[in-house]
Amino acid sequence: MAAPAARRAISVELNGEQVELEVPARRLLVHFIRDDLGLTGTHVGCDTGNCGACTVRLNGEPVKSCMLLAVQADGATIATVEGLAADGELTPLQRAFNEHHALQCGYCTPGMLMSATALLERNPSPSEEDVRYALQGNICRCTGYVNIVEAVMAAGEGR
Amino acid sequence: MTVVEETTTLKKGFVGQSIPRKEDKRLVQGLGTFFDDVRRHGMGYVHFVRSPYAHAKIVSIDVSKALELDGVYGTITGDEVAIQTDPFFEMSVEPGGNIKDYALAVGRVRHMGEPVAAVCAATRELARDAADLIEVEYDPLAVLVDAEDSLRDEVVLHDDAGSNVVWSGVFDWGDVDTALAEADHVVKIERLHFHRFSSTPLECAGALVEYDKGTGEWTLHCNHQMPGVGAIWMAPALRVGIDKLRFVTQDIGGGFGNKICLHPQYVVLCLMARKLGRPVQWTEWRTDQHTANAHGNERTFLDVEVGVMADGTMTGFKVRALDDCGAFPRYEPLGCIIWAQVTPGMYGWRNIRVDFTQVCTNKSPVSPNRGYSRMQHLWLTERIVDIVAAELGFDPVELRKKNYVKVEQMPYETPNGCVYDSGDYAAALDIALDLVDYGSIDERRKDAEARGKLLGFGIGSTLDSGTNNFGQSTLLNPELQFSGNNEAASVKLDIFGEVVVTLGTVPQGQGHETTAAQVVADIIGCSPEQVNVRRGHDTWFNSHAGFSGTYASQFAFTGLGAVKGAAELLRAEMVQLAAAVLQAPEEAIELADGMARVKDGPEEAALPFMALGAIVNANNAFLPPDFNPTLNHRYVCRPYFGMVDTEKKTGQLTLTYATQIHAAVVEVDPETGEVEIVDYAAVDDCGVRINPQIVEGQVHGATAHAIGAALSEHFVYDEEGTLLTSNFYDYHVPHAMDMPPLKTGAMESPSPVAPLGAKGMGEGGGGGIHCLCAAIQDALSSAGKPLVTTSCNPPHRVWAMLQDPEATRRVEVMSK
Repeated sequence: MAAPAARRAISVELNGEQVELEVPARRLLVHFIRDDLGLTGTHVGCDTGNCGACTVRLNGEPVKSCMLLAVQADGATIATVEGLAADGELTPLQRAFNEHHALQCGYCTPGMLMSATALLERNPSPSEEDVRYALQGNICRCTGYVNIVEAVMAAGEGR
Repeated sequence: MTVVEETTTLKKGFVGQSIPRKEDKRLVQGLGTFFDDVRRHGMGYVHFVRSPYAHAKIVSIDVSKALELDGVYGTITGDEVAIQTDPFFEMSVEPGGNIKDYALAVGRVRHMGEPVAAVCAATRELARDAADLIEVEYDPLAVLVDAEDSLRDEVVLHDDAGSNVVWSGVFDWGDVDTALAEADHVVKIERLHFHRFSSTPLECAGALVEYDKGTGEWTLHCNHQMPGVGAIWMAPALRVGIDKLRFVTQDIGGGFGNKICLHPQYVVLCLMARKLGRPVQWTEWRTDQHTANAHGNERTFLDVEVGVMADGTMTGFKVRALDDCGAFPRYEPLGCIIWAQVTPGMYGWRNIRVDFTQVCTNKSPVSPNRGYSRMQHLWLTERIVDIVAAELGFDPVELRKKNYVKVEQMPYETPNGCVYDSGDYAAALDIALDLVDYGSIDERRKDAEARGKLLGFGIGSTLDSGTNNFGQSTLLNPELQFSGNNEAASVKLDIFGEVVVTLGTVPQGQGHETTAAQVVADIIGCSPEQVNVRRGHDTWFNSHAGFSGTYASQFAFTGLGAVKGAAELLRAEMVQLAAAVLQAPEEAIELADGMARVKDGPEEAALPFMALGAIVNANNAFLPPDFNPTLNHRYVCRPYFGMVDTEKKTGQLTLTYATQIHAAVVEVDPETGEVEIVDYAAVDDCGVRINPQIVEGQVHGATAHAIGAALSEHFVYDEEGTLLTSNFYDYHVPHAMDMPPLKTGAMESPSPVAPLGAKGMGEGGGGGIHCLCAAIQDALSSAGKPLVTTSCNPPHRVWAMLQDPEATRRVEVMSK
């Protein structure tokens, strides 16, 4: 049996731009995004895939990028927090986070925004329970989630 | 939902408004700069080799195979550290003061996860590969995981100390023996235990360290939240002057005290950067943070005796406190003293004796954690009140109101000379009771019973003491040369009218850029948008002092006090300059809306700030020789404390006391022991609130931390010293679905001693832990009256209490 490949060339569409790079086969997607592509908005908060700080959208689905290898994203569309605000124009959700004080240290915020953006696309007017359910994979240690839930609901109702 | 009562009548400009935060713009776009975002050309990644044993001799370390791996830049072991550095300075007196604590284990490991060696390689993955190739041979030793075992000194962790005791002392105020003899009832509680947990900030610790060979200086791009103290530890160990260490922090993903004791790892990085001649970077793994960074105080309270009169007046208590600081004391000896800031808790008893001992065990070192040492003591006082109430048949609300320090008594001097500056505890309690509809509790209890649930109601009253007097350290060790406190800030007006502020504090989410801008804007007459507060702390800003950092609930006092002082100096100069240019008396000059103008003067008699800045910086020839404005001012806020009496162990250990009263309604499932919080209120009084939304956010966060600690978060060790809850799978922290409906209330009792009337807040005092313990005990009171004697009550513990309530009832009541 041939030795497994140690490196592979991958091609991804990241925040609307085509990226082609050769990566170590064992490189995590989160490290590919942060270290190889220099997009440091996606964060690492744990080593067991529990905290959600690394949440990005893979073909539209929120995923934990620390639990995927970069090679698994070959041919996929990836969206990270840096792709939300077009030309520095914040999305209604980002503005709601600011208005409702939904962040303190800001470390969980990119992950929260990616999960919540996905939620609002599939459920534009979520209930509080819907929001909490959608965000249960994103841990925050600063806010107690109160204002985060409020912000997502406010963005959902178009406030 | 927020209910606000009794707000201050101070004039409010931007201060007092919930203006949205300036920090948010970059953070919501993922454009913050956390230390792991910083890159340097040629940098290497560091991975630590850590002990799998809780206690063992290191027989040998062989790094040769690691060094053969392509892409590995180098290694370092404890032997090198012992040659190149001196042990870290120890705070305690003997025996703890004799401990030798190095940046890596030297000859012996004393807790699971203790760093033994470090390797640096070209990529993160290679560093881990190389670490696996480092061979360490251990000779296991007997393990101590229990503080009471440790006290026996049968196995001694630090030969240099000769004992596991770090420090011990008796605090004795009033006359507790007489108070107990004269009391109508004495309630004896055999044992209460406050468990190990921590705030587990989402961003782990770490640093990217560069060494400049030409100047012998290190730059640490890091997230150390108290760089002043970090440098005091590191510089002597590295045998250099403090000016050789430059700390640069930018955005930090939470600290909560858990980023104060990073000096051992940072020294390793400094040595490696120097040895390898390249920048080196280390990011702590989540597992490492849980096993080997910082746990909060674990404290056992033994032989509590409380004196109570027939009418419910509690006259005093005595207790033996046994503090478990883990393998190395480090910052922790201060924990032996700091609880004394809140000796009587919220209550008026005057006779208190605490016999305090701190010991080492083979567990993770303890360091400050949100609520640091005061939270543990306040939990004790709240447990005492609830157990006394339960055993003597008093209503817990009435017993509290009877014994609370009264608003008329403020400022109130405690038995050990601390002064509670302001607060109305009974009023805050009433707000909490109202928020959870206390009047309907009996009805709700019946309704829950019909559904097969046990409903309970509990109160947790607590204080968040802020602005430490570091002179309290002399109660620990009279030789220590620390006293007072300080914080620095600089404010300048630049060439094109920019207002620029640098802080000595190290924010990790508390919104310092925003609140500092609010204060400056009000003082010099512009808007917060026009004030640029530089992010983070940088030694080279020269805007810091020895105690700089963000910790101990003091920013609103010392940090904003420094900002206020600097802004006032700047304002005075701006007025003076404007008066000279506009040829008007200083009293006639007003600063508002970014302009300096003559009051009621013509439109031409006005200068934009830009003009002032330009004159001083670029166009100053016409100014008279004796007038030399700089428009650039640094100010050090130095709070004033009385002296500390080391013999009586009295003194002003801290300056401000914020109040938090928490109330919870829980429903317990008797079949599973699961606790559901069905109603919850937290009321906060931190004096003047600079930005109410920012205050409320931290009340939410402190509540979440407390709920997590009370119901699930626990650093559990087995008998071999293995940490069983070393990651987020096993150590469950609350997520969005775990949080109860949370109501908040606020009061403002301005502080008479703080520069802006604002007390520090943020730690919260663990109110949630106290009230959930009370609520659980109340819920179970109809099922055999078990007593809650530990601070963490997950389902299996609650279930056990229901199965065998008698086992928990180690309480004795002696009545006249």
